[in-house]
Order: sequence, then structure tokens, then C-alpha cells
Amino acid sequence: MIHCVLHDPNDSVAVVVVEGMKAGTKMTGLILDENRTIELDCLQDIPIGHKVALKDMAVGDTVVKYGIDIGKVVQPIRKGTHAHVHNIKTKRW
Amino acid sequence: MKTTFQGFRRENGRVGVRNHVIVLPVDDLSNAAAEAVAHNIKGALAIPHPYGRLQFGADLDLHFRTLIGAGSNPNVAAVVVIGIEEQWTKKVVDGIAATGKPVQGFGIELHGDHDTIMRASKAAREYVQWASELVRVECPLSDLWVSTKCGESDTTSGCGANPTVGDAFDKLYAAGSTLVFGETTELTGGEQIVAARCRDDKVRADFMRMFDRYQQVVERHKTSDLSDSQPTKGNIAGGLTTIEEKALGNIQKIGKVCTVDGVLDKAEAPTHPGLWFMDSSSAAAEMVTLCAAAGFAVHFFPTGQGNVIGNPILPVIKICANPRTVRTMSEHIDVDTSGLLQREITMDQAGDRLLDMMFRTANGRLTAAEALGHREFVLTRLYESA
Repeated sequence: MIHCVLHDPNDSVAVVVVEGMKAGTKMTGLILDENRTIELDCLQDIPIGHKVALKDMAVGDTVVKYGIDIGKVVQPIRKGTHAHVHNIKTKRW
Repeated sequence: MKTTFQGFRRENGRVGVRNHVIVLPVDDLSNAAAEAVAHNIKGALAIPHPYGRLQFGADLDLHFRTLIGAGSNPNVAAVVVIGIEEQWTKKVVDGIAATGKPVQGFGIELHGDHDTIMRASKAAREYVQWASELVRVECPLSDLWVSTKCGESDTTSGCGANPTVGDAFDKLYAAGSTLVFGETTELTGGEQIVAARCRDDKVRADFMRMFDRYQQVVERHKTSDLSDSQPTKGNIAGGLTTIEEKALGNIQKIGKVCTVDGVLDKAEAPTHPGLWFMDSSSAAAEMVTLCAAAGFAVHFFPTGQGNVIGNPILPVIKICANPRTVRTMSEHIDVDTSGLLQREITMDQAGDRLLDMMFRTANGRLTAAEALGHREFVLTRLYESA
């Protein structure tokens, strides 16, 4: 069972692809570009399609997905927790 | 991959996959008459819309280009045009007549609705019966023009549905098809990737000029930021956080190999095969309508949270990789590629699954949106009327 997917091995977030992801789950993550998997502990309930942090991040850090900058951290994020609009903002507009 | 499909070859050589007789109002005032004609004549399709009065300059040019383009689309066999005034009605008729297809126009002024509906119904009846005898012929894949635009995207769009379109686009590009993508502001954060994919410096400069112009529009009108609109509420509910993330998912639709061979203004038709960028809104119905007006015959529409859009002229094929959406909105989804996220199918297989549905759709299968009666025809406006 794949619980989350990421695009590039350097991504700092992955996408949860199963419904009802619960805190405490041992997650298997698929790296799409390399077709290999990683393991990760889920620390929070996360809805399908939402992102899980793959590492601890501090305010001002750049969030990487697809191997590319997708925004900045505005609240500290712990590995294994929910990464979304409450802790990440665009650098544009 | 198959190399041919069964299509309707029109008078100008273009190939359509539908055989519509449309009743096209020039303006909002003519919707009632157009709908009455379509009610009278079974098989005639009215395409109502809310604009066409007191527009001017580039906005008026775009209005005419979109209406003439929609009527000229090879999915349309014949057209009845109805406008409040003779002169603008004639302008639309003359534009469509350049394709060689049957078209007649009717002005309402000095006649009234009753007389106009009667005369236009007679023309529509003749066209519908004539079109019903046209037959499909075998056509090479290179004659099929395919457009794409995604909607109600979520994170599964970027890792499942959009790269499925990208895989299919790479294969169609190699087969000599004519392809288009757009959504100018939804490339924000990924614009350099698109620029790097442009065929040469001229195309790259044209693309960046269009991209920068649209950014200025956003800068001029934005409030605090565009977070209330880009990403949309649906995007955010689906897990997309920033415009950059949305854009990087969006551009998965243009594959990994094909190059951007040219740029188009809104509703402008391509002049040769290849992949084109069209400067356009990212609103689904506006963009798909512009694709129909530019002459595209089949549309690939990846969705994550479940956009339900259709178009009266252009069959819209929905692709979805979100297993929850596939389950809860199955009547809207034509191609399920959720297996990608569990490694049950490969990207190559997902692309082939979409192409198989494209051939079936081109050969006559109704899409989910067509079966459900989705006919969103939305004209893009550039600024206020005079």
C-alpha cells in the first residue's frame, strides 16, 4: 500500500493518496521519479490529497515539491505533520 | 497506437468528430429566438451567451473571433446565426462562410421574434436533415486537433491526471497532431520551465511577453494576494497550498518531450501542427470555449476534486486520479488513472488508456459531460462595455 507520493527525492513534502490517514500510521512513500519507496511515521491525521512534511522546517525555509520551490514556511513544521495553508505561503503575488 | 479515426471531413479540409447544427446568437438579446429555433427543430443546438452589445476595440474583436471560430469549428456541420442587427449578424455569417460550410443569418430588427424564429427554423430544419446524411470517413490521427486545460485541481492532478495528459501529448506530438494548452496565470512559478521548453528564442519571447502582461493584470487588480482565487477554495480543500504548487502540477500536461512551437492570442487558430500555448484565462469554461473557437475537436480535462464542465461544440474528456473523486463523482469521469498512485498501472499505460478513450470519443462515443448535458459556453471579456 502506497500512503503518500513525492516527485523528486529532494522534495520536502509528499502527497497523501489514501483516505483516512491517521496519526501513528507507518507510511510508505513512493518517489514517482525513481519508482522506489521510503518509510515515514505519520504524526497527524491528514486528509487525502493533503501534504505531509518529510523533514522539520523552520520559518522562512523554502518548501520543495517536484524538486522546485513552491513557497515559504510561515509556521514551524515538524516531520510527519500536515503541511498546508496554515504553515506555507506563496512567494508570488 | 491506432493511427486513424472516423471523422467528418469539412469543406475546408478540417476534420470534426461531431456533426452539430448550431443556432448561434450574436448577442444576449437574440438568445430567446435562438433557443426557440432549437426547440422547434430537433437536432439543432442553441448556444446562448450573455454578451455582444456595446463592446468595442480588442474586446469586440475577441467577441467576433470567438463566435466566428465556434461556428467554423469542424465539429459543426452548419450554422444559423441570429442577431438583433443585420450588420453584425452578417459579419459573423461572412466569417463562418469562409470555411465553405452552410450558414445563414437572421436579423431581428424590423421582423420581430416570431418572424425571425419562423424563417430561422426553416433554415435549421434544412440543415439538420442535410447534416444527418453526412457520413464519417477514415482520417489520419494528424488531422485531430486536441486541446487541454485542467480544473478543480488538487495534488493528485499533478501526480496522476495531468502527467497522463502529458504522456498522451508526447505520443500525439510524435504523430503530428495539433495541440494546445494555456491558463497563463496558472503557470506562475513554473513559467521558466515552459520558457525552457519553447522551440526557439522568438517563441520564448512571445510566451514571456504574454505571461508578463497577465502578471501585470494580476498586480493591478489584486487585493492582498490572490489566495482567495488562485488557488481556488476547491484547490485548497484538495490539498494545493500555493500558486507555484498548482502551476507545477498544471504544466505536467505538456509532457516531457514535446516543445512549445508557437503562441496564440485568445481564440486564435494554429497555423501548423505541434504544441501551441494560448494566452487565456484559467477559468475552465472560458478556456475550453476559446479552444473550441480556435478549432480544436477533442479536449482533455484532468480534474482532482471533480470539475463537471462540458462544452456544446468540443467533447470534454475527464481524467481523474483521485480515488475519492472517482468513487463519489463517477458519472463525470471518463478515464480513471487513480491506479497510478498505487503503482497498479504505469504512466505509459495511463497515457494509452486516455488515448483509447480519445479514439472512442472521436469515433462518436459521448463523453460523460455530453451525456449529462453540460454545455458551458462562456465568452472571455477583456474590459467594460462602452
